[in-house]
Amino acid sequence: MSQRPKPPVFLQKASYRQRRVRDAAKLVPVLGAVLWAMPLAWQDDAQGATTNASALVYIFGVWIALIALTAVLSGLMRSIPQQDHKETSDE
Amino acid sequence: MMSFNALMFIALGYVVLLFTIAFMAERRAANGHSNWLTSPWIYTLSLSIYCTGWTFYGAVGYAARSGLEFVTIYLGPTLVMVGWWWVLRRLVRIGRAQRITSIADLVSSRFGKSTQLGVIVTVISVIAAMPYIALQLQSVTLSFAVFAQTEGVDWAQNDFNFTALWVAVGLAVFTVIFGTRNLDANERHHGVVIAIAVEAVVKLCALVAVGIFVVWGIAGGPSEMLTRIDQSDIVLWNQESGRWISLIFLSGAAFLCLPRMFQVLVIENADERHLHIASWAFPLYLFMMSLFVVPIAVIGLELMPAGSNPDLFVLTVPLSEGRGGLAVLSFLGGFSSATSMVIVATIALATMVSNHMVVPFWLYLQGSQQAVISGDVRHVILLSRRLSVAGILLLGFVYYRISGGGTALAAIGLISFTGSVQILPAMIGGIFWRGATGVGAAAGLITGLVIWMWTLFLPSFGVDAVISQTVMDQGPYGLSWLRPQALFGTNGLDPLVHGIIWSMLLNTSAFILFSLVTFPAPLERLQGAQFVNVFDHSTAAPAWTGAATGAEDLLIMSQRILGGPEAQAIFEAEALRQGKVGYLPEVTSDFIERLERDLAGSVGAATAHAMIGQLIGGSSVSVEDLIAVADEAAQILEYSNRLEAKSKEQERTARALRAANDKLTALSIQKDSFLSQISHELRTPMTSIRSFSDILRDGVTSDAEHEKYAGIIYDEAVRLTRLLDDLLDLSVLENGQVELRDQTGRLSDLLDRAVRAAGLHEGSLKISRDRASEDVTLTTDMDRLGQVFINLIANAQKYCDAKAPHLTIKVTQDDAAYLVDFIDNGSGIAPDKQELIFEKFSRVADGSKAGGAGLGLAICREIMQRLGGEVHYLPQNCGAAFRVWLPKVKTMVALEET
Repeated sequence: MSQRPKPPVFLQKASYRQRRVRDAAKLVPVLGAVLWAMPLAWQDDAQGATTNASALVYIFGVWIALIALTAVLSGLMRSIPQQDHKETSDE
Repeated sequence: MMSFNALMFIALGYVVLLFTIAFMAERRAANGHSNWLTSPWIYTLSLSIYCTGWTFYGAVGYAARSGLEFVTIYLGPTLVMVGWWWVLRRLVRIGRAQRITSIADLVSSRFGKSTQLGVIVTVISVIAAMPYIALQLQSVTLSFAVFAQTEGVDWAQNDFNFTALWVAVGLAVFTVIFGTRNLDANERHHGVVIAIAVEAVVKLCALVAVGIFVVWGIAGGPSEMLTRIDQSDIVLWNQESGRWISLIFLSGAAFLCLPRMFQVLVIENADERHLHIASWAFPLYLFMMSLFVVPIAVIGLELMPAGSNPDLFVLTVPLSEGRGGLAVLSFLGGFSSATSMVIVATIALATMVSNHMVVPFWLYLQGSQQAVISGDVRHVILLSRRLSVAGILLLGFVYYRISGGGTALAAIGLISFTGSVQILPAMIGGIFWRGATGVGAAAGLITGLVIWMWTLFLPSFGVDAVISQTVMDQGPYGLSWLRPQALFGTNGLDPLVHGIIWSMLLNTSAFILFSLVTFPAPLERLQGAQFVNVFDHSTAAPAWTGAATGAEDLLIMSQRILGGPEAQAIFEAEALRQGKVGYLPEVTSDFIERLERDLAGSVGAATAHAMIGQLIGGSSVSVEDLIAVADEAAQILEYSNRLEAKSKEQERTARALRAANDKLTALSIQKDSFLSQISHELRTPMTSIRSFSDILRDGVTSDAEHEKYAGIIYDEAVRLTRLLDDLLDLSVLENGQVELRDQTGRLSDLLDRAVRAAGLHEGSLKISRDRASEDVTLTTDMDRLGQVFINLIANAQKYCDAKAPHLTIKVTQDDAAYLVDFIDNGSGIAPDKQELIFEKFSRVADGSKAGGAGLGLAICREIMQRLGGEVHYLPQNCGAAFRVWLPKVKTMVALEET
């Protein structure tokens, strides 16, 4: 009868992709946090102390990589046609 | 070399340019050409107010002092932006759905449109913003001083104060003109936004230009630059993990909680999809802003004489190299950073102050006296906003004077950040956790504010300014566990980290604890559901029930807030929507809700709610309403379940009706066939009786014939009587009216009587019996049982078609019953007829031969059922066989039925 239509178990390929892109977008800040916390474990050991330049390059390298990743993901999010018009809380 | 007057001239020219751009943008927007004004790029650029004068100048100084730590201030916002799907998207959606005007409005609206919470958040924000505004004034003043210095004029303290004052006045004028033009905070400030975007481009260009000059002009290329960085005295990577992580968290949280960032992120956001672009474009902007910070710091330390202020390297390095033009550009960059931040911050704070403090207070003073001048509230709000702008700048200036402007820029900025971040638990808790309550939020906010003031804000004025050195060392009244920088004895922490950790920890704990133990008001729960489930249903809470007010009153009130024409336009549109002509629509709860949100866009949710509440008579949401509306989905589901149940019930009823109908039809057919059978059975003897009596009346020839005809008439009459007897008998049996009389007798006697009564003609049917097995005593209605036996024997006599008919009567018994079988040696009954023989009027052979009405076996069956037994046909190899099954003990059913 008039029960609320259940969300489909299997999505069309396009909306499935869309959801996985969203998942990836959600994980980007986690990735960033981990990568930027990594230098805290660097130790000044006998041979090569952490040089200024390498620290600088690492931090900024991670940064630009995150920006590129986010740009790609948000580009994907828009190029894939939205299947489900009704925006849901999507879990 | 650039003269100081020329610099003043350029600065003024720049300000005029900004005014012009802002005016043009406002005009274009007013004419409806606002497409490009609402592009995602403008949105991204407007976010750049995060990079203030502190960032522009201070980052280099920060890098020169503490190495790469300066970058944490940008990493936090970067993480928030790239993770926009988590928090920002939700905030923007809530801001749009609830017509939020500021972060104070967000918190107040979430916790039941509470005025008190709005006040608390406003107070925190204003206090936290003060040092920051002072910082901007300081950075602009310092940059002027640098240029004055190149002319050989060393500024005295008075000159600094004088400049700072004029900068503050100039900013106040600009903000009042462009920032408080519209009342509706939801309408975007196009002029301001475009001016900020231009300033964002200018400051980025300035910093990048200085950076390029330093890397390629002085160092000689990227690789040389890296070598120089390696060789410099700065230790870039010397982080203690506590500070690194705390600062990233702090800056990310501040990015969400600073009133000015909330203003541009959420309120000035024209389209949710802009976040797609801004999510990577703004981090890219931050990246560009910080890319050249370290090179400038390194080169600055190399070139500039020892002891020069590293905060000003961005200016002094180009100046020392004789690049006057570059220095001016860089000055403009710094100027832009400072002014744009101050403008947006004051707009945001002024909105909060006017909506959450001034207007409620004014309304309270007004009390019941109804001043019904159109637009009077509007005037109050606008005036209070303008005064707030001036007041906030004045506070900033006062802080600047008190603090003396001596502290490093970065340190003040971080303290200010920590203050703003106290709103974070209430905000995040409010949008993700339905259990968060207003009391919890207030407790958390106040706790956080107190801890922050004690550990960071008050000590920031300097030793002995507010808190004496003794208190710093030994705690107030000698309570050493309350030392501002070593709460509960945690003296091993960096003071800033100490302040962040303790304030956030206690703030969050108080928030959670009080939320857990208190019970939210109905409106609060409703709003909580709206906020947390904003993606499920973006409609506002139907918070008004039974509107007991007239449309006129509402119109008058709206005119007070919005002004005459605007309010009338809203009412006219609503009337039109309802299909009415004129200004006064029906006051539906729908309309009130929409109106409240329109008003909330101007004066904030709490005030709008309170004002409407005054008119409606406070008939706001009740618990019953809450239960009724809180979960519409559940309601719909329940409704559909009910429908389903009903339809199932109807289906069941229909099935039962169909079955009853089938039965009735079958009964009707049975009745028809019964009637036709009866009439046929009655007619045959009647016909012969009539025709023979006719012959007799006409006079008969001989006595023999006479006797013969009379005999026929007699036989037919007997047959008729028997038929009617049988029918009567059957009807009595079927109706259960028969009365059974229990007698005790021997089965063999009964069989003897039956054989005799069957009236067997001599020799026609041989009967063989086993007397020994028949020697049992029965207690039942002997007459009725005998009737069954007679019927069965008579049947065998009539229908047995063997040449020498022979009937065997066999009596057996098992545990429960006696079995009497009547087996003949005829051809038996065809299998397809066996089902039918017990039905009324069913005759296997043709009727003439038997002469019976076909009621015998039907009567037998009825009798046996009454006696609690059965009679059925036994399929045999040869001959027909009937078995009478008689229970030894009468069953209860049979007893009851008798």
